[in-house]
Amino acid sequence: MKLTLKIWRQKNAKAKGDFVTYQMDDVSPEMAFLEMLDALNKRLVEEDKEPVAFDHDCREGICGSCGMYINGHPHGPLPGLTTCHLSMRHFRDGDVIWIEPWRAKPFPVIRDLIVDRSAFDKIQVAGGFVSVNTGSAPEANSNLIRKHDSDAAFDSAICIGCGACVAACKNASAMLFVSAKISQFALLPQGRVEAVDRVRAMVAKMDEAGFGNCSNTGACEAECPKHIKLANIARLNREYFKAY
Amino acid sequence: MALAGLFLLMFLPVHLIINLMLLKSDPVPFNRAAHFMATFPVVKIVEIALIAAILIHISWGIFLQIQNWLARPVGYAGGNKSETSFFSRFMIWTGASVLTFLVLHFFNFYFIKLGLVPGDPENFYSVAHNLFKISAYNYIYLICFVLLGLHLFHAFSSAFQTLGLNHRIWTPVVKVFALIYSILIPAGFAYISLTLWLFR
Repeated sequence: MKLTLKIWRQKNAKAKGDFVTYQMDDVSPEMAFLEMLDALNKRLVEEDKEPVAFDHDCREGICGSCGMYINGHPHGPLPGLTTCHLSMRHFRDGDVIWIEPWRAKPFPVIRDLIVDRSAFDKIQVAGGFVSVNTGSAPEANSNLIRKHDSDAAFDSAICIGCGACVAACKNASAMLFVSAKISQFALLPQGRVEAVDRVRAMVAKMDEAGFGNCSNTGACEAECPKHIKLANIARLNREYFKAY
Repeated sequence: MALAGLFLLMFLPVHLIINLMLLKSDPVPFNRAAHFMATFPVVKIVEIALIAAILIHISWGIFLQIQNWLARPVGYAGGNKSETSFFSRFMIWTGASVLTFLVLHFFNFYFIKLGLVPGDPENFYSVAHNLFKISAYNYIYLICFVLLGLHLFHAFSSAFQTLGLNHRIWTPVVKVFALIYSILIPAGFAYISLTLWLFR
């Protein structure tokens, strides 16, 4: 396949970035999207040019590192996939592909397609944990939990913190991420003990970071590679009201 | 903001029912209803709450929108193609259009009642009938009510979600009710405008 890539290039956080166009003439449909970028970088290195910087780690869809905005969608146009799981067979010969970093004030661009997502870490550190002694595995198992609740808590816990929700939201809101991290504890007895402190601290940290506000457009749910549901945001709101 | 919005949603059907009396050839029922709304003490208290709800809804909406714009100083060159309910993207603009109409509406009616603008507060029937004879007023009225319908369509279910009221069974029911409400209420107001403009 022949593709035209328009990639955001930015030397560092303070530099002014711009799109640079690259022609790719020998892209195999069997390639993963990140492999296609690897091939571009190999070529750039051979031409003694700066390779495109992009975040990646596990390439198995579980680390949440490989966030990039592809043709108007976080992680590309297919639902339920991270960028590393995106295959080039989903593109057509002659396509123009726009590749941009997440755009949000709390996610400043560090270089090219890499953004600083430490705002998420700060929210998590503020309350996304259980600090009471929950005992060992046998003691945990003695807490009877409704199957529906444990399943819902697990569905929330699979959020990988990639930031696609923020990237997709027209308001750059982090509500889906925070609500998933709140929900995974709110639904379990071990998490209830600190529920009030947790929701207060995490929401305060989210606001402090400068994320936008949720206006319930549903873009986050539509783009989340782990299918985190909007029902989590309603639960976060309930938890927040209960905390005051 | 959601609570203020829901309060405003409750007021609209009351306003529509009173306005439907404009379709009668006898001005007495409408003027009597308008007089009751202007003088009954309980309604006066509700009126203060209503004005407060309007101010809270507007000022909080603008404040949140400015925060949202600041949260994304650089947009996407490739556009934002995420699947959303279409009208949810334009709430600030449909809201601003409704606000523009509200200012006009206040000048035409509410400020007359307060004595700030000349006019007969005891005969709003003829004030309304005279306004609906003006084509330009009807155009503005109809456009604003279409935009109000689009605003209400997202606002109704969004308010429930903001208040934490999301349910596997009831949320879809609320969405259907929001659709019906956002069509019926503006359609009712538009019906009055079209009838008085074109058929009276």
